[in-house]
Amino acid sequence: MLKINNLTVAHGAIRAIDDISFSVEKGQLAAVIGSNGAGKTTLMRTLSGLKSAENGTATWLDHNLLHGKPEHHVRQGVSHVSEGKSVIAQLTVEENLDLGALWRRNRDEAWATKEEVFTLFPRLGERRKQLADTLSGGERQMLAIGRAYMSRPALLLLDEPSLGLAPLVIEQIFQSIRHIVDSMGVTVVLVEQNAMGALKIADSGVVLNLGTIAASGKASDLIADPAVRTAYLGF
Amino acid sequence: MLKKHPIITFIFFGFILFLISNRLDELRVYQGATVAVYAIGIASLILLIGYSGQVSLGHGAFLAIGGFAAALARIHYEAPVWLTFVVAVLAAAIAGALLGLAAARLSGPYLAGTTLALAIGLPSIANQFSIFGGEQGISFDIGLPPASLGEDFTQYKWFFWISWTVALITLYWLRNILNSRYGRGWRAVRSNDVAAELAGIHVGRNKVLAFTISAGLAGLAGALLAMTISLASPGVFPLALSFSLATGAVLSGVTTLGGIMIGSVTLVAIPEIALAIANRYGSETITTNLPGLLVSALLILTVLFVPNGPVEQMHAKRAKRGHSSHSPVEISVRVGSKTWSTKK
Amino acid sequence: MKQFLDMVLIGISAASIYSLMAISMVLVWRSTRVVNFAQAGMALLSAYIGYELVARVGNFWIALPLAMILGAAFSAFIEFVLMRTLQKHSAQGAIAAIAPIIATLGLLGLIRAGIGFIWGHADVQIEAPLSKVGFTFGDTTIVMSPMGLFVLLFVIELMIIVSIVFQDTNIGLALRASAYAPEIAQLAGIRVSGIRTLGWAIAGAAGAAAGILQTVNGTGALSPESLEFSLLLVFGFIAAVVGGLESLPGAVLGALILGLVLAAVQIYISGALVFIVAFLLLLLVLILRPQGFLGSKAGRRA
Repeated sequence: MLKINNLTVAHGAIRAIDDISFSVEKGQLAAVIGSNGAGKTTLMRTLSGLKSAENGTATWLDHNLLHGKPEHHVRQGVSHVSEGKSVIAQLTVEENLDLGALWRRNRDEAWATKEEVFTLFPRLGERRKQLADTLSGGERQMLAIGRAYMSRPALLLLDEPSLGLAPLVIEQIFQSIRHIVDSMGVTVVLVEQNAMGALKIADSGVVLNLGTIAASGKASDLIADPAVRTAYLGF
Repeated sequence: MLKKHPIITFIFFGFILFLISNRLDELRVYQGATVAVYAIGIASLILLIGYSGQVSLGHGAFLAIGGFAAALARIHYEAPVWLTFVVAVLAAAIAGALLGLAAARLSGPYLAGTTLALAIGLPSIANQFSIFGGEQGISFDIGLPPASLGEDFTQYKWFFWISWTVALITLYWLRNILNSRYGRGWRAVRSNDVAAELAGIHVGRNKVLAFTISAGLAGLAGALLAMTISLASPGVFPLALSFSLATGAVLSGVTTLGGIMIGSVTLVAIPEIALAIANRYGSETITTNLPGLLVSALLILTVLFVPNGPVEQMHAKRAKRGHSSHSPVEISVRVGSKTWSTKK
Repeated sequence: MKQFLDMVLIGISAASIYSLMAISMVLVWRSTRVVNFAQAGMALLSAYIGYELVARVGNFWIALPLAMILGAAFSAFIEFVLMRTLQKHSAQGAIAAIAPIIATLGLLGLIRAGIGFIWGHADVQIEAPLSKVGFTFGDTTIVMSPMGLFVLLFVIELMIIVSIVFQDTNIGLALRASAYAPEIAQLAGIRVSGIRTLGWAIAGAAGAAAGILQTVNGTGALSPESLEFSLLLVFGFIAAVVGGLESLPGAVLGALILGLVLAAVQIYISGALVFIVAFLLLLLVLILRPQGFLGSKAGRRA
């Protein structure tokens, strides 16, 4: 499981993440919600090794996430889909996917995983040879998730996959994410501004506010919590 | 003191220099004049790189243009010395404006490469036209010092005085420009050109202006350099000059004029040091190669460890401790939900 | 007619050397987003190493690949030491974008000083292994000599190999990804720093070949201040920009265009205008089509 204890991360002079602790059980989908600047992206980048922490611990199974480069964590089964365009525009769809599995020794398994991605996201299969540049926003997001999936992750960190997408596409993507958790047993941490959508598919949730945890617990509890509803769910 | 009474500081400095010049031997006086030349040259790069954020690896080309323009004006039109300097500035400024028009659309490596190409190619271009005197170049003779200064007043002292008077005036002027809205405009564009444009600054014009002024200053330095050597030739403005100036600018700290003396003096001191070391070891290979080695090593070390120059480093340390001696320029523009800011 | 043929041959010969330099620069650009002005210096150093090898081993055909390997090693070493240190002490403020460029400039100076120190400033010669006299057909001699032909074929072969590596292999994919988007590549599990070193190594090999072939195909003389090497750097850069700094085939195309244009100027107008025309070509491309002929607008941010 993912265990975070007393994690503090600085962003210049500001404490972007201030002494937070939470954990996610294996095979669960945890939603991390909060407004802009709450520290959600910083949290993801710290867990994947792009940013270093000041204090605290974060471990996945027994692997220390705070130590080592991102490429090292990937080999331990941690994949991060960063926010924004996390695909390489100048490469084709297929090349983007292959990228995710380049480090894997077993090429047959890598090929098999690619087929799984095409089953999960058929639209990608239709556009395999096209440059990632030519894809729509939703397709790019699918490609980004697909690429992360190619590493056969045990822990998947997703940073705002719904950003800038149409509601129907968001629905599709969220369903695919839930599918990954349910059928492949992947543990997912889903950072989202789309609080409602995220909580609806999640098992547990964490609400970040200015770097600290404002609320946490079962997703269904959070949806029912009046404070959370007013602040983040809009009703 | 510099902040509160700039004119007095400059005059004071000039006075000190005058006193010093009387006590130094010819070689040092000559070197002193060279320091003034480098000071102007480095200042021109500080304007361009540190304030306007455009890099030029071939500024020696502008010095050459200035130097040759001055020499030509003198030889063919017998122009008085002050006029030759004006010609030098104008010639170089025009060239700078032209290059600046192209450069405004370029960034980073493309600009660097283009300016480098210019510096490498200019000598070969010049060699094609006999008016530039080929390898020997053209002589640039500003004449003897006026009799009123006395019999003991040597030629080199005259050069020293002229160079430093020009340098002090120029640096004072430049300092005012950099502290004016033009300077702020350049820094804003360098920080974030989108924010600056949205705030009403015309980015293209801004950049070309910086290039033009920078080139003009470099031309002035070139004319002074030709004066001290009494010659304008390709050998006076080699490729190494461009690199030296860039090094001097980095050593001085590109973001501020404050460290200018550090760079200029170092550039003049290094060949001296190399010579001293070589004499110790009696090796000719050392004399030829050590200066280049030292300059390059210094450049790399500075860029790695003190990239913004020692003056800026000190300011940063002071700012960390709580006193900030200068306020950064900040423009923030918000359009709907998107914010562009020069705040770093 | 003969003039035209001469022009084409000269152009292609020159182009082949420029393209090696251009490929070298594009490789470094694509793997680390730095334009390495010291490339010419490294090529120069490799040429000197080539000179030493030819003098000691006595065989050009062994010396050339050996020098390329050493050039690759040296280049990788530089990336490892200099570039990584630069990244760690990543500069802030005005000088941030320019710091790596200036560092490579410093490196160029260091290399030149070092060469002057070890080998002195007088010219050294590398003997060309093949005849530099043009082929004769009947009583016409064309400008292409056996040496020139070898250079041409060598470059074509090298380009094909590099292209295949980049487009069709996993390593090539890693190289491209690390250049376009190092962070995403990292998140995909690619050891980006190692890949970048590899990019520099390949560039070093290409640069070494450029330096040696340029020398033997020309006067055979080497010196630290050699104008030919400065011009090689400039023309390599121009070729790379004309073709598109992002594109390896572009580097070749750019070199070809540059080579032919300059040859045409040299033969039909005047040798004196060669550099001016090259410079104007550079400006023209940068202003009208900054991504180069084969570059796409997608990844052109400097």
